[in-house]
Amino acid sequence: MDMDLKTLTYIAVFGSFAMYFAIAWWARAGSTSEFYAAGGGVGPVANGIAIGADWMSAASFISMAGLISFLGYGGSVFLMGWTGGYVLLAMLLAPYLRKHGKFTVPEFIGDRYYSKSARIVAVACLIIASLTYIIGQMKGVGVAFSRFLEVDYGLGLGIGMAVVWVYAVVGGMKGITYTQIAQYVVLIFAYTVPAVFISLHLTGNPIPQLGLGSTMADGSGVYLLDKLDMVVTDLGFKEYTTAKLGSSVNMFAYTLSLMIGTAGLPHVIMRFFTVPSVKAARASAGYALVFIALLYTVAPAVGAMARLNLMNTIEPTPGQNLVYDERPQWFKDWEVTGLLKFEDKNGDGKIQYTSNADTNEMVKVDRDIMVLANPAIANLPNWVIALVAAGGLAAALSTAAGLLLAISSSISHDLMKGVLTPNISEKNELLSSRIIMTLAILVSGYLGLNPPGFAAGTVALAFGLAASSIFPALMMGIFSKKISGHAAVAGMCSGIGITMLYVFQHKGIMFIPGTAFLGNMQPNWFMGISPNAFGVVGAIVNFSVAFIVSKITGPAPENIQQLVENFRIPAGSGSAHNH
Amino acid sequence: MTTKSTSYWQENIRLIIKCLIIWFIVSFGCGLLFVEQLNTIRLGGYKLGFWFAQQGSIYVFVALVFYYSHAMNKLDAKYGVEEE
Repeated sequence: MDMDLKTLTYIAVFGSFAMYFAIAWWARAGSTSEFYAAGGGVGPVANGIAIGADWMSAASFISMAGLISFLGYGGSVFLMGWTGGYVLLAMLLAPYLRKHGKFTVPEFIGDRYYSKSARIVAVACLIIASLTYIIGQMKGVGVAFSRFLEVDYGLGLGIGMAVVWVYAVVGGMKGITYTQIAQYVVLIFAYTVPAVFISLHLTGNPIPQLGLGSTMADGSGVYLLDKLDMVVTDLGFKEYTTAKLGSSVNMFAYTLSLMIGTAGLPHVIMRFFTVPSVKAARASAGYALVFIALLYTVAPAVGAMARLNLMNTIEPTPGQNLVYDERPQWFKDWEVTGLLKFEDKNGDGKIQYTSNADTNEMVKVDRDIMVLANPAIANLPNWVIALVAAGGLAAALSTAAGLLLAISSSISHDLMKGVLTPNISEKNELLSSRIIMTLAILVSGYLGLNPPGFAAGTVALAFGLAASSIFPALMMGIFSKKISGHAAVAGMCSGIGITMLYVFQHKGIMFIPGTAFLGNMQPNWFMGISPNAFGVVGAIVNFSVAFIVSKITGPAPENIQQLVENFRIPAGSGSAHNH
Repeated sequence: MTTKSTSYWQENIRLIIKCLIIWFIVSFGCGLLFVEQLNTIRLGGYKLGFWFAQQGSIYVFVALVFYYSHAMNKLDAKYGVEEE
């Protein structure tokens, strides 16, 4: 008996949701320590898995393989950028932040730079970066629900908001951590199962990482990547394995910006406050990268194989194009969503897919459909397609929960407890952080319904902001004993300022179309660096300004230099504490 | 104590620099700057530069983080600054 896709999808999605709720209830937070840092009792492997789920968002799960699929070699910037940042995090930030033993990133910045204004600037950077990031997650939830459960986009978004509210607000960091572990299992299973099937089908090798480097299973003896290069260049596209993303300088800057941005994203950093020791912080960075690499080394195989399958469906043998009326069911399904569009320009009833805009009849192939449509394109059974739906939702929800926690803790702990109402009781702080989290869900849901410009642009801005503000401030605070509070504030403001200015001048103020005064075109880019890749320049500005200001204003006081000496060595660390 | 913690910190810095040089070579070096030269060498169906950019660099990153963690634990013990 073959159950229909809709029934299977409902079972997979609501079954996984029921599991998340149960876990959140079982591991609900009872104190601020549990709410912000899971009581400091999360082991390194568990924390590594939770970081993996926290990190791998709807963008990693749904969009990345699709991007690589169409960019080819140029897509490497995402693979290297979003993994290489963990090397920086593990060596330059995580152990020292854990040793200092507070709850939030702004709290560390406030302590190290002995300045309330530094703490407030850090809160502002954190909120902008996290809020822009969360809009993308909410959009992902809406898209996944509307496609797989066949409900309206707005309703899908509403269901997603309700689900995340229940387990993030009740569970806090403790509940989120254990839910994220379950979500990681769901998402990695959902990602690799179709990849294994497709790799086996195309190359006879079940391991996608090896299949990508193997010969085709059709007996031709041709390597898969050579075949793909041939197919795409025959149709006038750039060669898959050598196509660059802009110039080499742009790829360099883009990769470095994503690495620094990754290391500076607060919702990832704050996960290191949940482990019991400095030793565990170092190890959990390694485990996190293992769990992330599991998906990130499969993604290029998914991308390349999906592209090849798509090309083969449309043009099974050169010159023999698919007749439109005989198109497969998945083609029709995605046409309904408007993400796939065909226009019979030469009126022959067949589908021509080329790089020439005048003759190309696949007028729209949205990159985001590649992962979601992949199992159907490869004729995989319905239960695999249902699993992918549950996986995509797990990825979006787990990241949204981590971001919400970063936002609510920075407001209730840094702004209220730290600056505005220092005498607030622990019970009231806990209550207020739950209220703020609820408000943050409503704001991000609203923005997900009315995205300001394009969500992809705002996600890139989040990396640029983190790279140009938070990462340099943290790194200088650890590796220089003398850098002063004034210097950090000046550095953060100028780094963020120049990055926002560059993005806005090319992409529009707050991404409103028509307000870009220099235009989003290559000749106007500084050294050919695209706005998405500018974070590294902002970081250099941040470092330079801070260095100069510190020379002028003089070194940090003796007690702060002592503080730095202290968090540089592991001895004497307790769990994250609240004083 | 001060001289001891200073040399602990200097050894840590040297270790970080060593790791970051490898980090740079496998990603920016093999995957970007010298990708064309490496692409003339094949690793099965992979061009070598392409493999570093989409696979190899990530495996080395994982190994680097574990190596650093292991080396730092030894360094902590050597200077007697490990956690109780």
